[in-house]
Amino acid sequence: MKRALAIMVGAAFILLLAMLTLVVLPYIQMTTEQVPPDLEPYTELEQQGRDLYIANGCVYCHSQQPRDPSFAPGDKARGWGRPSVPGDYTYDQPHLLGTMRTGPDLFNIGARQPSDDWHLLHLYNPRAVVKDSIMPPYRFLFREVEAADEDDRVVNIPDPYGPDSGQVVATDDALAMVAYLKALDHTYPAPTLPQPEAAEE
Amino acid sequence: MTPTIAVLLIVTFLVSVVGLLALIWSIATNQFGHGKEAAKTIFPPGEEGHGEDPARDISDTLDGNLPPNSEAINARQRADFSSRGPVLTWLCSAVFWLVVGSFYGLISSTKMHMPEFLANSEWLTFGRVRPMHLNAVTYGWASMAGIGVALFLLPRLFRTALVGARFAITGSVIWNVGLVLGLIAINLGLSDGEEWLEFPWQIDILFVIGGALCAVPLVLTAANRKVEHLYVTSWYFMAALVWFPFLFLIANLPFTFPGASGATVNWWFAHNVLGLWVTPIGIGTAYYLIPKILGRPIISYQLSLLGFWSLALFYSQVGIHHLVGGPIPTWLVTLSIVHSVMMSIPVITVAINHHGTMWGHFGRLKDSPTLRFVWIGALMYTVSSLQGSMEALRSVNVITHFTHYTVAHAHLGMYAFLSFILFGAVYFIMPRLMDWEWPWRRMISVHFWLVSVGILIYFVSLTIGGWKEGVALLDADMPFMDIVRMTLPYLEARTIGGALMTLGHLVFAVHFIAMLRRSGERRYQPTLFRSAKQEASQ
Repeated sequence: MKRALAIMVGAAFILLLAMLTLVVLPYIQMTTEQVPPDLEPYTELEQQGRDLYIANGCVYCHSQQPRDPSFAPGDKARGWGRPSVPGDYTYDQPHLLGTMRTGPDLFNIGARQPSDDWHLLHLYNPRAVVKDSIMPPYRFLFREVEAADEDDRVVNIPDPYGPDSGQVVATDDALAMVAYLKALDHTYPAPTLPQPEAAEE
Repeated sequence: MTPTIAVLLIVTFLVSVVGLLALIWSIATNQFGHGKEAAKTIFPPGEEGHGEDPARDISDTLDGNLPPNSEAINARQRADFSSRGPVLTWLCSAVFWLVVGSFYGLISSTKMHMPEFLANSEWLTFGRVRPMHLNAVTYGWASMAGIGVALFLLPRLFRTALVGARFAITGSVIWNVGLVLGLIAINLGLSDGEEWLEFPWQIDILFVIGGALCAVPLVLTAANRKVEHLYVTSWYFMAALVWFPFLFLIANLPFTFPGASGATVNWWFAHNVLGLWVTPIGIGTAYYLIPKILGRPIISYQLSLLGFWSLALFYSQVGIHHLVGGPIPTWLVTLSIVHSVMMSIPVITVAINHHGTMWGHFGRLKDSPTLRFVWIGALMYTVSSLQGSMEALRSVNVITHFTHYTVAHAHLGMYAFLSFILFGAVYFIMPRLMDWEWPWRRMISVHFWLVSVGILIYFVSLTIGGWKEGVALLDADMPFMDIVRMTLPYLEARTIGGALMTLGHLVFAVHFIAMLRRSGERRYQPTLFRSAKQEASQ
């Protein structure tokens, strides 16, 4: 039994070592970093929209982390913004950095597309706004009604994307999602300059 | 970088170096003992030189060297039958989740180029179906099949009966309940939101309990073992069963890691699921099956131990290469890149052993289903690991990050490496447990060719498409929508590859069920790719 135990303890020890370098040290460093003074916490509505962003898995196609232009020149040149710093994500739990760019980076989508109408129409049917887009439609965030009530948020859908008759009305969920997307605006300056990646190699 | 962190980093680096030196010293001075002798641990006296391939009648494979009722054979039979219940429950569940997971994968893949496909329901929206695919195949198929294979091999390796089979069966029930609840939660939009960690943490507790229940028979059986030396496969299995619960628990701690530090924990975990959970299971299985089928011990036993400890040391720190260029400290990324490149050491030692043992015996690939699946899996381990080391380099990663290239690489690892080895292991194990040969050898052939052609199409198309996508993304003059249009044919090809793989899994599942029902004729020869008659005429 001795040697079996030695293997298991050795394996556990090595993992503890890795946890020290890859979990504990970064945690200490990043949670003590300065929070950008212009960064605001999410409102209740925005947080609700963020939960929907998670529930519907937007993260599987959209990143929220522009890279340094000296490392990856495309990111800034496409208008995705300055490189992000740890402080930008202070209020993000869980993080939504993303690993795919099947769609564009959304770190600054709120600054690029400030219009509610654009976002609502785009969510209802992305192809009504962007020809050949492969983003799924989120029609389940909208209701089709014969005639909208006074306090309903009506979305005008151009032909041929709308229903045959009646009107399309945004649900509270759709409005929360748009509020979150518009909150994704990190155009303020970052107090801690990002480390230039490419310069180091 | 603060001075404290710099100091701690230097300390851990020194500890790593000391650990590596201690390892080299202990191998050089033969602290591990045995060497060549240890490599023969898996062969009972007289069995070396005689391959064991699924043949119901055990005396056949041993070719008369041992009397059918010899102690060694009886011990093996006792070991095999003692693990029957738990192995069957884990493997049956695994095959079920493989089929379920494949369909979720196929739906996700189709949606990538046909966005209106099944788009009206929130239950089937891409962002929910895709994580259901990942979780079903990772925690359902790969993990459950892996645990099943480990439960079968450990009594054999310890040359004793499995003790505490009931714990493992109970564990599988709890694990399955966790999977069902977890997938429903994702489908309802209750995901925890981080890749590889989507199951709500409340449900994760079930996996920790289910996994811990599997550790009970492992420890009891190890305490009861009848062998002097622990064969390298048991090292990998024991370590994996220590690592996984630990990792899973830390990474799922709720409300602990905010913002960017959450991302580092996320990817530390996600790559360790590959490196410290499924990889040890995959290469551990190959370390047993390749020599066992060929009837010849692995060529360098000491190298295999070096491979084990260097894997533990390096693989545990590679995770942050998923965040190259991201909003995290540069030293952290560099650390992971260095370890990713160092991973070529364990990979090469494993490659020398697996392929070196095969050397001169490639002819057996024509007959033996298990060997063909397992060896191709082992080969793909070498390929995908070396590709992974390259992919971690900043100059390559700047192109491949955020593209389909990474997805292709992930499937080369999880599918062409791990799943192939698991397929081979299932073909080896089931005849032993059911006391019955596989009913139809042609179905094994069909399974093999469907999944092989499928993953080939999948990998090649996404690798090319992903690379072109990555190069184009760096060039801001290329409009984003042009890139989307450019990738479409590759995404369509992926759906074709995925459909072939799914079809192959259906064939496999049907054959598996037929095996459970003992369909077909009773035979006393192993089921090989070519019939015995053909064999004789050549």
